[in-house]
Amino acid sequence: MSSSSGGYYLPEPSHWPITGSIGMFLMLFGFASFLHGGSSLVMIAGAAVLIFMLFGWFGTVINESLSGKYNSQVDTSFRMGMGWFIFSEVMFFAAFFGVLFYARMWAIPWLGGSSNNAMTHELLWPAFDAVWPTNGPGDVGGEYQSMGAWGIPAINTLILLSSGVTLTWAHWGLKKEDRTQLILGLMLTVALGFLFLGLQAYEYYHAYHELNLKLTSGMYGSTFYMLTGFHGLHVTLGATMLFVILIRSMKGHFTEEHHFAFEAVAWYWHFVDVVWLILFVFVYWLV
Amino acid sequence: MSTATTHDDHHDHGAPSGLMRWVKTTNHKDIGTLYLWFAFIMLLIGGAMAMVIRAELFQPGMQVVDPQFFNTMTTMHGLIMVFGAIMPGMVGLANWQIPLMIGAPDMALPRMNNWSFWILPFAGTMLISTLFMEGGGPAFGWTFYAPLSTTFAPASTDFFIFAVHMLGFSSIMGAINIIATVLNMRAPGMTLMKMPLFVWTWFITAFLLIAVMPVLAGAVTMMLTDRNFGTSFFDAAGGGDPVLFQHVFWFFGHPEVYIMILPAFGVISEIIPTFARKKLFGYSSMVYATASIAFLSFIVYAHHMFTTGMPVAGELYFMYATIMIAVPTAVKVFNWTATMWKGSMTFEPPMLWAIAFVFLFTIGGFTGLMMGIAPVDMQYHDTYFIVAHFHYVLVTGALFAIIAAFYYWAPKWTGHMVNDRLAKIHFWWSVISVNVLFFPQHFIGLAGMPRRIPDYSLQFADWNMISSLGGFAFGLAQVFFLFVIIKTIRGGEPATSEVWEGAQGLEWTVASPAPYHTFATAPEVR
Ligand code: HEM
Ligand SMILES: [Cu+2]
Repeated sequence: MSSSSGGYYLPEPSHWPITGSIGMFLMLFGFASFLHGGSSLVMIAGAAVLIFMLFGWFGTVINESLSGKYNSQVDTSFRMGMGWFIFSEVMFFAAFFGVLFYARMWAIPWLGGSSNNAMTHELLWPAFDAVWPTNGPGDVGGEYQSMGAWGIPAINTLILLSSGVTLTWAHWGLKKEDRTQLILGLMLTVALGFLFLGLQAYEYYHAYHELNLKLTSGMYGSTFYMLTGFHGLHVTLGATMLFVILIRSMKGHFTEEHHFAFEAVAWYWHFVDVVWLILFVFVYWLV
Repeated sequence: MSTATTHDDHHDHGAPSGLMRWVKTTNHKDIGTLYLWFAFIMLLIGGAMAMVIRAELFQPGMQVVDPQFFNTMTTMHGLIMVFGAIMPGMVGLANWQIPLMIGAPDMALPRMNNWSFWILPFAGTMLISTLFMEGGGPAFGWTFYAPLSTTFAPASTDFFIFAVHMLGFSSIMGAINIIATVLNMRAPGMTLMKMPLFVWTWFITAFLLIAVMPVLAGAVTMMLTDRNFGTSFFDAAGGGDPVLFQHVFWFFGHPEVYIMILPAFGVISEIIPTFARKKLFGYSSMVYATASIAFLSFIVYAHHMFTTGMPVAGELYFMYATIMIAVPTAVKVFNWTATMWKGSMTFEPPMLWAIAFVFLFTIGGFTGLMMGIAPVDMQYHDTYFIVAHFHYVLVTGALFAIIAAFYYWAPKWTGHMVNDRLAKIHFWWSVISVNVLFFPQHFIGLAGMPRRIPDYSLQFADWNMISSLGGFAFGLAQVFFLFVIIKTIRGGEPATSEVWEGAQGLEWTVASPAPYHTFATAPEVR
């Protein structure tokens, strides 16, 4: 039934969405059961179905794109879709940053007796010293040290910034039809992405084993791991998508005119980059 | 609003058949139908829960269910109505109508459109399955405040959390699709300021959705980690704050109520001009008012938290900001009234519902204003007064608008006129019973009856009994509605293309029922 109505491509009925729903349902239902003592099999099966769906769905889109079914109007729809999807991700991170700011500016000073909370402090937590970083008046998670900014985090900042440069360089390569530059730039970007992740894994290891800084270390630990963890997850996603783009570039996909997939992933990568900068300032630096 | 010429579309394929048609469809009309049926089924399930609530509250004392289950019912009723009935109902209308109203062949991203819908039945199943789990379903209210939802909640809460994640994901994709459709798929000549108001209101709503659904996802994610992985976001001992939960929730929650009402404003702004046979009064002021309401909705949310002990500066700021919303809202009400002024009005069923909307929604708006005044909200907060408020805006507001939209567009969808007599019975039955149901709740609320409590003091007995009777009648009226819907689909007087004498807009230029594919060639809008 696919008719290019007035040029706009209307896709055939598709079983990929329902496959995705089933995968998502199994994964999340399985995860919740797992949290309450169930086996992890359902969750893993669900994740596998989801990954299968992603391959199938994107595979279909790539084939449609290669066979020239998309006109510029379809391209615009994709661009808007990706742009607003990234905006929704911005808002997701904004929620966690909001929580960090609220805790640092209000919740914790109030526990220390500021504003009209003198009696809370006097009666409930007289010994509590309300300074950031903190694991709260209950000393939740026990003694810990906070993570400094100028070690691995600073190196990681440089790595992500350079990866933004190499990605742009790759894009220039694509635009002047220089495949070598494109592929080399992408390889560098992917490598820098995974290097970042490796260093972050090392940082977490260090935090857990030497600083006693854990997810359970009160508000500081919660915000630290939630923000850096979700960011790391996005780097993982971004690097994986870049890797797919790299493979596709090696297969000869994309032309200097038509390469929205490349651009979409690049947008995503820059977004992840910017989140890191904000994170570096407020999670690592200004403590 | 706009006149158009349509070209016959020659390569018009019919609909495929069988169950897989519905599962795999990428057609906006099919998907709209799916959304609408899903919403209606959820309305009946959520409605059944409301009947349990009203049965328990029929008399003081404990009769029907135990308190824990009572609270589970209020919680699930709220969640199902908000996320299962009203929101999907509005998205169903958007799917059917937006492409028809802007002259587009379909939604911009049809496959994703299918996914947005097909996540819902799975999320709904996950949510409802919590009722059958050990420890019972969530019982912390639809607002799931910490620590009720973290420290003190049953195991099933984690399933609830993932259901919310899925619902949010679906809404975000739906919203992205609407934005791309409106910006990218309009027929030539359909400039933004010629767009029907229903399209405008949904367009603005879509931005609200993309901005706040991720924040809701963040809130439930923090709940999840507080519950299972030892974080302290909402725990003061670790330096977190239970009130912080309320901030995150209401940053989502207040825009959410506008997500449910803005498309309703759009529906009413389509119906009233048709039956008043006049152009909508103040079209551009309607657009600007909608945008202002959407903007304001981000900066007033803490009016739900007046009693949490915010600093006085916060109370004052949120009070004044909240009251400001009355201005654009009043612009809308005055514009609808002015549209009817000296119009040659007729009172077909859609118009009856629309007029009821204008009256009854306004009552809800006024009680909102009352509660927006911080010092007096100390008295109203968490009483039946607020229950009355939000049911006036949501039931006689959002839900009435969806029902009005059904009566208005059903002939276009099904090709049959709705039986006038049955429609009028449904209308009068609903509009009387809904007031019997909710109006007394103002009185018992002002007198101090708290919400979310299965028992109450004797002085509230009379009004509660009356309210319950109204509730049963209103519930039954919606079962009758099901009968009307089925009867309309099965048959009835054939509808013309134009359907209503005074109707303007592109959707009335295509045949009734609308062919499976419309506007394959874009119409010319002058
Ligand atoms: C004139 C505009 C409005 C104003 C000034 C307003 C004001 C308020 C205030 C101050 C509260 C909090 C009461 C309390 O907890 O003590 C409230 C609650 C509520 N409002 Fe409104 N409102 C308005 C319109 C709406 C609309 C249009 C909707 C939905 C379509 C809505 C839905 C709700 C809901 C669901 C609650 C209850 C939330 C809960 O469960 O605690 N309101 N409103
Ligand atoms: Cu509100």
